[in-house]
Amino acid sequence: MTELLNQWGINSLPGILLVLTLGLLFLYAAREPAHAAVRGLGRFFHGAFRLASRSVMKAEQRLQERNRQVVLSSGREAQERLLEREFQRIHDMVQRDLSGYPALNRTLSEQLTRIEEDYRQSTEVPPQPPEWLAAVEAVARIPSSDTGAVADILADIHDTLTRAQKDSMEAYRKSCRTRHGLLKRMLPYWRRLSNTMTAVERKMTDLDARIPAIDRQMQLYEEILAKTDRAERELTSSFTTQFVVAGVVLAIAVLGGFINFHLIALPMSEMVGGGSYLGPLKTADVAALVIILVEIAMGIFLMESLRITRMFPAIHAMDDQMRRRMVVVTFAILAALAGVESALAYMRDLLAADKEALTRSLTGGATVETGFRWIASVGQMVMGFVLPFALACVAIPLESFIHASRVVLGMLAGLTLRTIALGLRLIASAAWQISRFMTQLYDVAIFLPLWVENAIRRRRAVTAQGGIAPPVLHDAVETSLKFDLRAAAPPADVTDAAEGERVVTPDAIERGGRSRGDGGRRGGKSAGDKPDLDFPPDSGSPVFP
Amino acid sequence: MIRVLLTLVVVILGSTSCTDTRSHARAVFVLLDISGTYVNEIDKARRIVDYLLAVLGPGDSLAVARIDSASFSEKDIVASITFSDRPSMANAEKRAYRAAIDKFAQTVRQSGHTDISGAMLQGLEYLEETGAGTRYLFVFSDLQEDLKNDHVRQWTWNFHDTHVVAINVTKLDSDNRDPREYLSRVTDWREKVESGGGHWRVINELSHVEQVLR
Repeated sequence: MTELLNQWGINSLPGILLVLTLGLLFLYAAREPAHAAVRGLGRFFHGAFRLASRSVMKAEQRLQERNRQVVLSSGREAQERLLEREFQRIHDMVQRDLSGYPALNRTLSEQLTRIEEDYRQSTEVPPQPPEWLAAVEAVARIPSSDTGAVADILADIHDTLTRAQKDSMEAYRKSCRTRHGLLKRMLPYWRRLSNTMTAVERKMTDLDARIPAIDRQMQLYEEILAKTDRAERELTSSFTTQFVVAGVVLAIAVLGGFINFHLIALPMSEMVGGGSYLGPLKTADVAALVIILVEIAMGIFLMESLRITRMFPAIHAMDDQMRRRMVVVTFAILAALAGVESALAYMRDLLAADKEALTRSLTGGATVETGFRWIASVGQMVMGFVLPFALACVAIPLESFIHASRVVLGMLAGLTLRTIALGLRLIASAAWQISRFMTQLYDVAIFLPLWVENAIRRRRAVTAQGGIAPPVLHDAVETSLKFDLRAAAPPADVTDAAEGERVVTPDAIERGGRSRGDGGRRGGKSAGDKPDLDFPPDSGSPVFP
Repeated sequence: MIRVLLTLVVVILGSTSCTDTRSHARAVFVLLDISGTYVNEIDKARRIVDYLLAVLGPGDSLAVARIDSASFSEKDIVASITFSDRPSMANAEKRAYRAAIDKFAQTVRQSGHTDISGAMLQGLEYLEETGAGTRYLFVFSDLQEDLKNDHVRQWTWNFHDTHVVAINVTKLDSDNRDPREYLSRVTDWREKVESGGGHWRVINELSHVEQVLR
């Protein structure tokens, strides 16, 4: 560099000053095109990044709409299943408890008929007075002379009446006894009737208790159908919870699968060979993995056949007989695989013991027989049998995870898009600010010619206006901060722009100080916006349009 | 879902098996020097073989041969085996193999000369025959070759990416007087191995053998 400067003869102070002066003059002369170029570049990047941001935001909006559809659709399906299950329960309850209602009705009718009959029979019937009582009464009115046959006749009549009364009383008492007997016989019927009615009431109460739950589910279902924001929020929250819970359960299942894998990988080498490979993987390891995957698949089919999960519409649409057969078959395969795993686990124990014995003999160590080794063997066998069934249940959290992941992944994707859009807007804003800063930096570099230009202009203006100096920057700043609220309102908000006197009136303050004193910029953008760059009217703020 | 998983497994297996066709089996050929006083080191050699038996698995190959006066011969192979694919069978074979090595150690006699080159060539042929993906040639010797007059051992070596491990390279009396002899001996063998496309390593501490076969 120094050599180059020497070659050009710029090795002395005058030479350097000359070069600097020429450079400044060149920069001063090229000020307008340079400013325009920098502004154009800034406008280009600003526009490009804003366009990209807007495009990303549109994609995000489409994704959000898709998420909303997915949430509502999944929620509707889940809610339908819940309602279906609730109605199925009620159906079962009604079928179980009220299917015998005709028989119950008949029993109740019979019991009521019997009670009514007994009641009718037990009604008190007063004994009818004998018909000859009137004749006796007439005879009894005959005056008595205490003599002879009349007295005897009367005495006989009296005896007869006494006997008749006694017979009547006997008959009445008998009738009462019969009536009491009938009433006594009614008692168990009453009790039975009471028990029957209590049972019916209890069943009705159970049925009634389910109604509010169904009402709540129906309310949510209606909101989902109406696509309300509340339903969407509730469903989103519910799916997020499901995602987390199902994820945790799946992680546990993966750990279980890992243990299961190690339990059967070594003994599998006895079956498929320990020295063969499929690519970089041992065939025995692949076989163990396949067995575990088959167990999980069987578990999924079993859960599908039992209608606990609904991942395969084909299985769900099968008729009940076929479905029951599938339950039996998948369960049988699962049990067989569990048995195989149990045997493999036992074989693993034997192989490990053999390997240990060999290693001990090779290293010269004494073989130690432990008495409680069988516990480990049994433990491994039990684990080998139980783990397949545990893995089979992974279908339930898997289904929840898949359904919830549609929503949660959609949300995450939306969040990512929003972040990208924000980043693009920030970059656009930065491009605009940098272009502005660059133009100012350019002016700083050529401040000397600019200052000279200003001085010349001021002098010309003084000459043109008869010796009144225009305000310099310092004066303009000081005068612009003088708020004369008590002053009478001038004809215009801003007066005497040429002299730099800027008086802010109360009207102007009420209008938010939107008026400006620059005269030529009326109707343009406010002072706090973009003074240097003219962007399209619909472009708005560079950060938040 | 299951279809997707199965497809994924098939694709992974297919892609890996297409790209990885090399054998994963290991083959080890152990050369035991029985010349001169080195025959007394046979117990150390047994420990090495025991270690190899413990480390090698189903499908791996192991051969033990002695280095005697003229070693380029199958007769010098004490025992060789490719272990069964079944771990239980492989364990039984290892026991039988160890018995054979024990018997050899009890009946071994020292040889008059030391034909290391011939033994190495024999070992390389064996390793090539096994077709194993990873090959080791363990040389349990002081690396001092002593050929008969009429034996020619000049040829171009081809080690085919074999790992040659010199174990227990003891210092001779002459090495003590002039260590340059020892260094020259080791360097000569290193150059032979590495120029033939092999990998050379010297291990004098037996416990470090574990670092080779991991």
